[in-house]
Amino acid sequence: MSGAQQVLAAGPSVSVKGRWQPPGHGRMHGPDVALAIAFVAPYAALFFAFAVYPIGYALWMGSKPSLYADLIADPLYLSSVLNTMLFVGVGVNVTMFLALLLSGFFMRPRWWIKALLVVYVLPWMLPAVQACISFRWMLAGEEALVDRALAVLIGVDGPIWFNHWWLALGANIVAYVWKWMPFWTVIFLAGRMAIPRDVSDAAAVDGAAGSRRFVHVTFPLLANLYLVCTLLSTVWTMGEFTTVYFVSGGAPVWSTEVLATLAFHYAFDAANPALGVAAVMSVLPLLVPVVIVLMRALQTRAVQL
Amino acid sequence: MILGIVLLIWTVIPVYNMLLIALDPEEGEVEFSGNLWPPEPSLESFRVVLTQDARYLEHFWRQLGNSLYIGLSTMVLTVLIASLASFAVGRMRLGQGSPLTSAAVLTNASLITYAIPASFLIFPFHRIMHDYGLSNDPWAVIAAQVTFATPFAILTLRQYARLIPLELDDAARVDGASSAQVYRRVYLPLMTPALAVVATYALVLAWNDYLYQFVLLASEKHMTAAVMQAQLFDDADPPWNAMMAAAIIYALPPVAIFFALRRVMMAGLTSWWR
Repeated sequence: MSGAQQVLAAGPSVSVKGRWQPPGHGRMHGPDVALAIAFVAPYAALFFAFAVYPIGYALWMGSKPSLYADLIADPLYLSSVLNTMLFVGVGVNVTMFLALLLSGFFMRPRWWIKALLVVYVLPWMLPAVQACISFRWMLAGEEALVDRALAVLIGVDGPIWFNHWWLALGANIVAYVWKWMPFWTVIFLAGRMAIPRDVSDAAAVDGAAGSRRFVHVTFPLLANLYLVCTLLSTVWTMGEFTTVYFVSGGAPVWSTEVLATLAFHYAFDAANPALGVAAVMSVLPLLVPVVIVLMRALQTRAVQL
Repeated sequence: MILGIVLLIWTVIPVYNMLLIALDPEEGEVEFSGNLWPPEPSLESFRVVLTQDARYLEHFWRQLGNSLYIGLSTMVLTVLIASLASFAVGRMRLGQGSPLTSAAVLTNASLITYAIPASFLIFPFHRIMHDYGLSNDPWAVIAAQVTFATPFAILTLRQYARLIPLELDDAARVDGASSAQVYRRVYLPLMTPALAVVATYALVLAWNDYLYQFVLLASEKHMTAAVMQAQLFDDADPPWNAMMAAAIIYALPPVAIFFALRRVMMAGLTSWWR
């Protein structure tokens, strides 16, 4: 969709030429135009050199049809696609939903909740590799923290976590939620704070409280932000590498690989970069609609990031 | 209250696990034998890290320096590039009258960066950096990270800039300020909270990265702390306690920056509210 269409789609009432100009908001003068272009130039250069060109290059690398025949023939590819869908579907939705609810919890004006918020955002600040290694060693090995805690608290021997496909996948998802929930909670918190006080006051006067206030007042105001964040997070999580690579590492026997890690193995362990590119390009038909919906949602003015 | 306690435990457990392993004096096995705190906690493993006295850790300080160099460069460049672009589009009304250069294009174009996730683009990047003469150069990683950080940064800055009345710019212009002066004297100071958010975001993005640093920096000289830490997966008996101590040290800079900028960021959040 071109930029012109975007602007037209935004509403027929916006006619670009005859727009009313507030006094003093005249057209830009010559030097200002040059300056404005100079201000945008660094970003434009970056965008073309490191976004457009690599994306085009990737499309070219993955353009041979025979690559996709190789992919389909590989059973690992199909299981990785399934794992990616499960990881994204469960991981993103759980993260977003809990973050939305918790942002309400952190709105309460109590000193200990403010203090807790400072601790709560810690996972976002902690480096992903180290956090994931820590998760792995809480589960792997006989003396691991979780196994010991299970034995001491309820007296059961923990399973060998990374010997079961679903336990290993679950561990990946839990680590992912742990790492990214704080970030989105803070974003939603900012969104909630942007709701004018009089709206919630009016709702309170009308007797809306608790879950009713959330369903009828808060959520409709946050819905667009929630949509934008969920889509953005979907795109980012589709390429999640670190969590899977360091928590389960594909164990047991490659069965929890996702597309990003599988493509990495294709490209750098099997020395076949084109196949790696093809593996990740194969999710483009899923990603492109997500990005288009995201662009649409961002046109709506109600996003309060 | 119960929710608070559950959240606290949930958040702290992996960190606690790191501390537990780091403070355990025993060499070798990952030890945890039922007690909630090691019987004889010792700072030995931290000493080992600080004096670079264990396998893998011989060049810890240089590796941490490399990480810092990449992280801070990403942070500064992201803030600079994103603030310039958002100012030009939001405040100078660049492209008024011609829809092709309007703000919508910038926002949508920047989102194209996210159409393909970062980890998927590593393969073309690997080739392209060679063409640009940046193979095995920290600037290859910095360029990649800035590319991935700026779209979100521009988005955040543009949202926040709507809170700053355009009349302030006009007042400065009436007083004879040029656009460059408006950017420096009006826009940047008023945007401080949003800039703090963006800066933290960019730093954390670079600090979290493993893939780009691993693939694009082949030599020992440019190796970063994150890549070094990941090496132990190929090792049957790595020095666990020291590695966890190193992990905790590596985690400190972003946490410190967050606490330093916390007040500014919170000020930004509450000013939204009022």
